[in-house]
Amino acid sequence: MKIDAQLKYSKSHEWVRLEGDTATIGLTDFAQNSLGDLVFVNLPDIGTEVTEKEPFTDIESVKAVSDVYAPVNGTVCAVNDALLDAPETINSDPYGAWLIKVEGVSGGEDLMDAAAYEAFCESEAE
Amino acid sequence: MKLIFEKGAAGRGCSILPECDVPAVDAGSFARKTPARLPQVSETEISRHYTALAKQTHGVNDGFYPLGSCTMKYNPKINEAMAALPGFTGVHPLQEPETVQGSMEVLGKAEQYLCEITGMDRMTFQPAAGAHGEFTGLLLIKGYHTARGDQARTKILVPDSAHGTNPASAAMAGFEVVNIPSGADGCVDLDALRAAAGPDTAGLMLTNPNTVGLFDKNILEITRIVHEAGGLCYYDGANLNAVMGVVRPGDMGFDVVHLNLHKTFSTPHGGGGPGSGPVGCKSLLAPFLPGKMPVQGPDGWQWETPAQSVGDVKAFYGNFLVVVKAFTYILSLGRMGIPAAAKNAVLNANYLMYRLKDHYTMAYNHRCMHEFVMSLEDVKHETGVSALDVAKALLDHGIHPPTMYFPLIVHEALMVEPTETETKETLDEAADVLIEILEEARRAPQSMHQLPLTTPVGRLDEVTAARKPVVRYDFSAGQAG
Amino acid sequence: MGSYISNSPDEQQQMLSAVGATDFESLYADVPASMLLEEGALHLPDGLSEMEVSEAVKALSAKNRVFPHIFRGAGAYQHYIPAIVTNVVSKEEFVTAYTPYQAEISQGVLQSIFEYQTMICELTGMEVSNASVYDGATAAAEAVAMCREKKRNVALVSAAAQPQVISVIRTYCFGNGMEVRLIPEKDGRTDLEALAGMLGDDVACVYLQQPNFYGCLEDGQKAADLTHGGKAKLIVGCNPISLGALEPPAAYGADIAVGEGQPLGMPLSFGGPYLGFMATGKALMRKLPGRIVGQTTDTNGKVGYVLTLQAREQHIRREKAGSNICSNQALCAMTASVYLAAMGWNGLSQAAKSCMANAHYLADQLSGIGYPRKHTGPYFHEFVTICPVPASKALAALAQHGYLGGLALNDREILWCATEKNRKAEMDELVSILKEVRGE
Repeated sequence: MKIDAQLKYSKSHEWVRLEGDTATIGLTDFAQNSLGDLVFVNLPDIGTEVTEKEPFTDIESVKAVSDVYAPVNGTVCAVNDALLDAPETINSDPYGAWLIKVEGVSGGEDLMDAAAYEAFCESEAE
Repeated sequence: MKLIFEKGAAGRGCSILPECDVPAVDAGSFARKTPARLPQVSETEISRHYTALAKQTHGVNDGFYPLGSCTMKYNPKINEAMAALPGFTGVHPLQEPETVQGSMEVLGKAEQYLCEITGMDRMTFQPAAGAHGEFTGLLLIKGYHTARGDQARTKILVPDSAHGTNPASAAMAGFEVVNIPSGADGCVDLDALRAAAGPDTAGLMLTNPNTVGLFDKNILEITRIVHEAGGLCYYDGANLNAVMGVVRPGDMGFDVVHLNLHKTFSTPHGGGGPGSGPVGCKSLLAPFLPGKMPVQGPDGWQWETPAQSVGDVKAFYGNFLVVVKAFTYILSLGRMGIPAAAKNAVLNANYLMYRLKDHYTMAYNHRCMHEFVMSLEDVKHETGVSALDVAKALLDHGIHPPTMYFPLIVHEALMVEPTETETKETLDEAADVLIEILEEARRAPQSMHQLPLTTPVGRLDEVTAARKPVVRYDFSAGQAG
Repeated sequence: MGSYISNSPDEQQQMLSAVGATDFESLYADVPASMLLEEGALHLPDGLSEMEVSEAVKALSAKNRVFPHIFRGAGAYQHYIPAIVTNVVSKEEFVTAYTPYQAEISQGVLQSIFEYQTMICELTGMEVSNASVYDGATAAAEAVAMCREKKRNVALVSAAAQPQVISVIRTYCFGNGMEVRLIPEKDGRTDLEALAGMLGDDVACVYLQQPNFYGCLEDGQKAADLTHGGKAKLIVGCNPISLGALEPPAAYGADIAVGEGQPLGMPLSFGGPYLGFMATGKALMRKLPGRIVGQTTDTNGKVGYVLTLQAREQHIRREKAGSNICSNQALCAMTASVYLAAMGWNGLSQAAKSCMANAHYLADQLSGIGYPRKHTGPYFHEFVTICPVPASKALAALAQHGYLGGLALNDREILWCATEKNRKAEMDELVSILKEVRGE
């Protein structure tokens, strides 16, 4: 399982890259692996307000739908449209295939660093 | 196999209609400019095309079909013959009542019989399928609470073992869904139910026997808890085949039920429909029923619109010909035959379970009703062979697999419902095949992932189908895929 | 008594012993005893032999009156059904199969649905069709629900649509909390000037019927332009036979095309089973309810078909699904496919043009005997006439001669329908019967 040392992580398996008051959000390798082959990503509209620990969209595999939770508060300022035609990039490159960028970031105080997240995943896998 | 669009040629076709014998009319600016690209095929080609497609379709008459929760019993031929009578197929839904007394009597009597079987007071045939019935039943509950001025009842309680249609129907009817966990015995957790029921409870949706094939023996307590909280109880009739004529939902405390005539009452499923999902209710909900109800008066049958009707859920009176088939079935079986069918459905399920229980792990080691659930979790852990692999292996033996991966509360589930119309030999043969498959799984687990081998196609790539949907023929490409 | 239980009483006893049950009652040990019905306690008639059942049901069917001459439509239409249609859809495999969950042994049903989806797309001009819903009215209601957005919760529905369709839309909206507002009718058509004033930020969609309930043709292009100007979606409920002669909804910009598929090879059958069809563009594909079949390949690269985009549906999305639909009208969809294959484009357009020609001939003849058309605009195969005598009287006279006349909208107005089945001689006779009524 890959974990990017530069990122922050949520318990619901989203990763966050914080740059100033914007954040880039995606799904972790652990998440894509347990979800299996992804077939579709619903993306929110730009301007949508997202709230920490609440779902902002969902992703589909052939036989399941899973909510994706916002790791921070903020307003969606960009969405990765390329995923609409190629959701499989989340499977092949989870840390490259970002879902959304949000601005006006707040919250996220209890996000984990890479080491803590790795330990968390190990405990989840048991 | 070629698509029908890939067959035929320009200039081919069938001669169906005569020349029009009145002057043509020009549609002017409304006229269609580009023809639809429909097949250009001779009748020979059509006939052979569909015969070939039929050969690639497994129906109830092609072999054992123990698809749990779907009650794939034999579809009697007399039902089909009766539904094809010109007296039924040739009447317009908006004919004056005096010219359709026969159809109205079918609806009226079918209502009377099915109310007797379910313990309800009135029943509508407008809903076209089980899910449609659920939606309708929930609207009755909504109409009832709304009419009482009780706006606080916004929640529907649904056990976590429920069919996916239950929560989806509740959402369509504008309710919030509260999932109630099942206990270790697969039945409703009474404490969880007590904790969830309250002044915001509009109702509870339940199947009994439930989706793990057990009769919830606490049923009276369950319906009492919901009623005391001011809610109503909805019976999902998907599993009525286990108990019809033996025990009635009305006597269990339910206020509203839907039936699946295409399951319990022997009408065929047509590869996905048409079904029929009549909704019965106790008299307190009858004023809210949708559509028009046939009522017998001194001058014969007349239509009556319920006083506080929620409106129509479908145009006209539902899938009427399906009702004719179910009505024929009830006339055939009658007072004694209805419970006999249920009892034999339960016997066949218990017999098959008995034949398998030393080999497969039963999700609940308890006498079952009309179906039982096996868990392949241990097999998967041991050999890597999943419920899906076992299902696919059955295809090579001419057996339709059980329902897979349902209910959600059992891992690697296979849900088996043999029905009363199968012979003991069929059950014995199916048991032998299932046992043999399990031995094969232990002997050569890898090969199991390649099955089936004898079907028209092998395992299909569902991931690509969903990622890059091709949902219609592309004429410009000239050929499929 | 009829019975479809295969095992003999002796075998049943053997099986009971095998499972360790003394009798059938012991199988129901979990059922509280107070609830169990006594043997034979059901108030149902005794079971009957097949011959008796056949006699009883035939006697009921004989209480219906089947009119040899039908001039009534209003949502259910009499058309000629080619013999091949009835034959194909009676094949046992198609009749008795369940939903094609196991694709490897259901390729026949799946391929036929894929072909059906393609034909519906071709008819409507759309890109995606589902595998069917219950009927035209529920198709309209499901389409309205598809258009709902967070801030757009109002559906504008043409008052010139079929009353049952409006009623079903209202019922579904009573469920999901959408608001329905009726766009008024003017001279038999939707009042588009009124529509212009009704559009706004809260409007999700506009529903129009083409041809509408009165048979009149709507200005689809203008309706689409207005609707899209208000950032709402246009749903058009269309008669599939009319698409053999009239522009399809996609041609004038409809976002969703729905309709009642019964005219495509299904008998009148007192209102059902019928067929709801739904088609749309790629943009709304994932909001489309119900089953959708997709093409793919198997492990050896062979082309095959599967149920696809299933994550939209209730069995996966549960309370978050856009619709609860599960069973649909699969065999009716197959009926429509076989009908369209047998008719071909030439046959379908011939049927459509005959419907239109016959209706116009009938309208002219009726007008000539004092039954003038009520509306002025263009129409397809239905039209409303003013009635010089009470409508009930005119219809009763027709019924005496085996004619099911049009539908009385009130005692002075009749909605007539002519299809390719109604030929000149039959229409002339209808007119001569009515002439007599007037002469009394």
